[in-house]
Amino acid sequence: MKSESPTGHQPPLVLSSAPHLKGRTSIERDMYIVTGALLLPFFGAVYFFGLYVLLMLVTALITAVFSEYICKMMRKKVFRMDGSAVVTAILFTLTLPPRTPLWIVAVGAFFAIAIGKEVFGGLGQNIFNPALAGRAVVGVSFPVHFTEYIAPTAPWLVDGVTTATPLAVGAAPYWNLFIGNVAGSLGETSALLILIGGIILIATGLIKWQVPLFFIGSVALLSLLLGQDPLFHILAGGLMLGAFFMATDYVTTPLTTKGKIIFAIGAGILVVLIRLFAHMPEGVAYAILLMNAVTPLIDRYIRPRPYGYQGRKMGAIR
Amino acid sequence: MTMKTRICDLLKMKDTVGVHPPQQKMTAGAVIESTQLPDIVTLMMKQHSGAPAKLLVKQGDVVKTGQLIAEATAFISAPVHATLSGEVKRISSVVHPLTGELTTAVTIVSDGADDWVETVMVDPDGLSREEIIARVQRAGVVGLGGGGFPTYIKLQPPADKPIHTVIANGAECEPYITADTRLMIENPERVVAGLQIVMRVMKAEQAYIAIEENKPEAIARLRAYLAQLDLPHVHLFVLKACYPMGEAAVLIREVLGVEVPEGGRARDVGVLVQNVGTIAAIYDAVACGKPLVERVMTITGMVAKPKNLLVRFGTTASHLIALCGGVKPGGDELLFGGPMLGIAQLSYDSPVTKSVNCVLVKQSIMKEERNCVRCARCITVCPMGLMPLMFYNYVRKTIYDRLAEYRLETCMECGSCAYVCPAKIPLVSYIRIGKDELWKQTTDK
Ligand code: SF4
Ligand code: SF4
Repeated sequence: MKSESPTGHQPPLVLSSAPHLKGRTSIERDMYIVTGALLLPFFGAVYFFGLYVLLMLVTALITAVFSEYICKMMRKKVFRMDGSAVVTAILFTLTLPPRTPLWIVAVGAFFAIAIGKEVFGGLGQNIFNPALAGRAVVGVSFPVHFTEYIAPTAPWLVDGVTTATPLAVGAAPYWNLFIGNVAGSLGETSALLILIGGIILIATGLIKWQVPLFFIGSVALLSLLLGQDPLFHILAGGLMLGAFFMATDYVTTPLTTKGKIIFAIGAGILVVLIRLFAHMPEGVAYAILLMNAVTPLIDRYIRPRPYGYQGRKMGAIR
Repeated sequence: MTMKTRICDLLKMKDTVGVHPPQQKMTAGAVIESTQLPDIVTLMMKQHSGAPAKLLVKQGDVVKTGQLIAEATAFISAPVHATLSGEVKRISSVVHPLTGELTTAVTIVSDGADDWVETVMVDPDGLSREEIIARVQRAGVVGLGGGGFPTYIKLQPPADKPIHTVIANGAECEPYITADTRLMIENPERVVAGLQIVMRVMKAEQAYIAIEENKPEAIARLRAYLAQLDLPHVHLFVLKACYPMGEAAVLIREVLGVEVPEGGRARDVGVLVQNVGTIAAIYDAVACGKPLVERVMTITGMVAKPKNLLVRFGTTASHLIALCGGVKPGGDELLFGGPMLGIAQLSYDSPVTKSVNCVLVKQSIMKEERNCVRCARCITVCPMGLMPLMFYNYVRKTIYDRLAEYRLETCMECGSCAYVCPAKIPLVSYIRIGKDELWKQTTDK
């Protein structure tokens, strides 16, 4: 709304409601920080598995952005490059084995966006982590492609041979696990690079350090109690990636810090249970998806205490 | 500290902090100037919360500066005084610059003399409690921090709610504004003397002057002044700097570590919070017999020379801005108040009222509203421990019953949540709609 100043010598005025100051936060900024942090483990994957990985990412990126565009058109909504499709594409690629056929990458990226996000109403409305939803769809649909993992195969390393992942075999030297020189999904590999990316996210305030701590901590504790090697369980598989980049996705995890901690502990317990008892070597994806489903419930029970609240405990919202 | 709070602190599970917008206090070093008086003032009959004042003058009357021109009509109301000497030119109905409602206003054209009514200095120590309260009431003193609540009412709490602590609010946490800070630096004696009057009226045991840590000059000045006087019951309290530290509820929690119960007021926990500007006005009213006709305002933002000015009420924004060298190119938003709480004005001719602490010209920001992404930043910063995104959710879905469960009434509309929202959702606007709906529901029943 504009109004002319009667005195004429001053410019017209804009009317808006308070606050008239906005912080520099934006969805794009958040998403591109996450993208930046994710590029570290991604380039680690390129280093260990070769340039084919880049091809996978490009496929995923193009499919994801294009799918989002189509979905927005069909829903008659404005399409925006808010960066969330980019994050989903990278995360999804990192959950795949190094030699996944490109058509599977494309199908998965499409499902991640269309089924994982847009059917719920777009970014912010989705219940499940889109990348993990896409991964679950292709994992269930084309299982044969997800049992064969190759050891790191970049031409500058040794020749690739098809092996089982350390989790399926149950052993690998810690140091190789830590820096990422093991067979596995692209992002299951370098704990070190994920850690650096995670620290970037914590330092920029995008994620709470409590989440990875409690996630990884509960995995370690429970595996110790069950007579397993906790360090191995931490470093092997997608736990690090999940703990820093997936269990921290703000859209699909609880709102309060307390709720986030409950989510992290729940996911940690589920990971160990799935790994040991469900005959699936890797449980992180399913553990997080299950906890995603519980998130609305957690949010109903865990609320901050309002100022001046007189009761002892905040009740749940019906 | 209990075990539980210690664990909570360790895990940082308490989410309540506030925000740190850029300070922009460009007038922090600018001495308060009394400048050329305007030729004309437009006085609103409602410069306070409560009932409008009743007009006592008619067109053509000649008035002196400080003369009573409208009297309080109800318990919650305040009188209005002429802020210039001259002739009552017009009595009209105009849009109120703060509420937007049509309000009676008196226009006085100056005779250039600024001829004051007689005021008598008295020694406040010689006055009884009732006399002090009466003088505050007659002088038309209202809360100058923004609320505009008639001060004399706050000075007489019900007998079953004794006040043990007075907090002089010098936080001034909003960006740009430096009116209170300058007042504390330049007139610490008025603030402290006023505070002593308030303490005596309230029979309070102790008082705090609360200032944010980022105002070292004001802190040093008051500390030195208090040391000189050696007042055992008046303490300086240095606050952490964050917005909205100056909101009474937050201030009480910060200074005394107690919370005002839901739906209650500060007096329920035995506390009186007064803005330092109001306290100085109390001193002027009681000791000098001076009615409230002027106050310190910060004229700032995109003006050529930002200043702190002693401003007569009813002066138009355009006059004040002209005194500061005019609007700089790009300034297209005029606010009465700071950037977080200020109210946008329709025109540069809007007259200032008692509760305007700042006239701010800035560049408007128009950000497109997007869907909430559940980033929870609004929860993290809400000083009242609320979940602002829930207000947005349920107002959008028009499920108003839920709003009360999420304690909408506790929200003080500080705007911290809207400030941090990456989706640029105008959360305060949604909150106001929600409050209107809740209010409608209670009145329907
Ligand atoms: S405006 Fe209300 S909900 Fe938002 S931060 Fe301030 S008190 Fe909390
Ligand atoms: S800050 Fe904005 S986007 Fe984030 S949760 Fe609150 S309302 Fe949603």
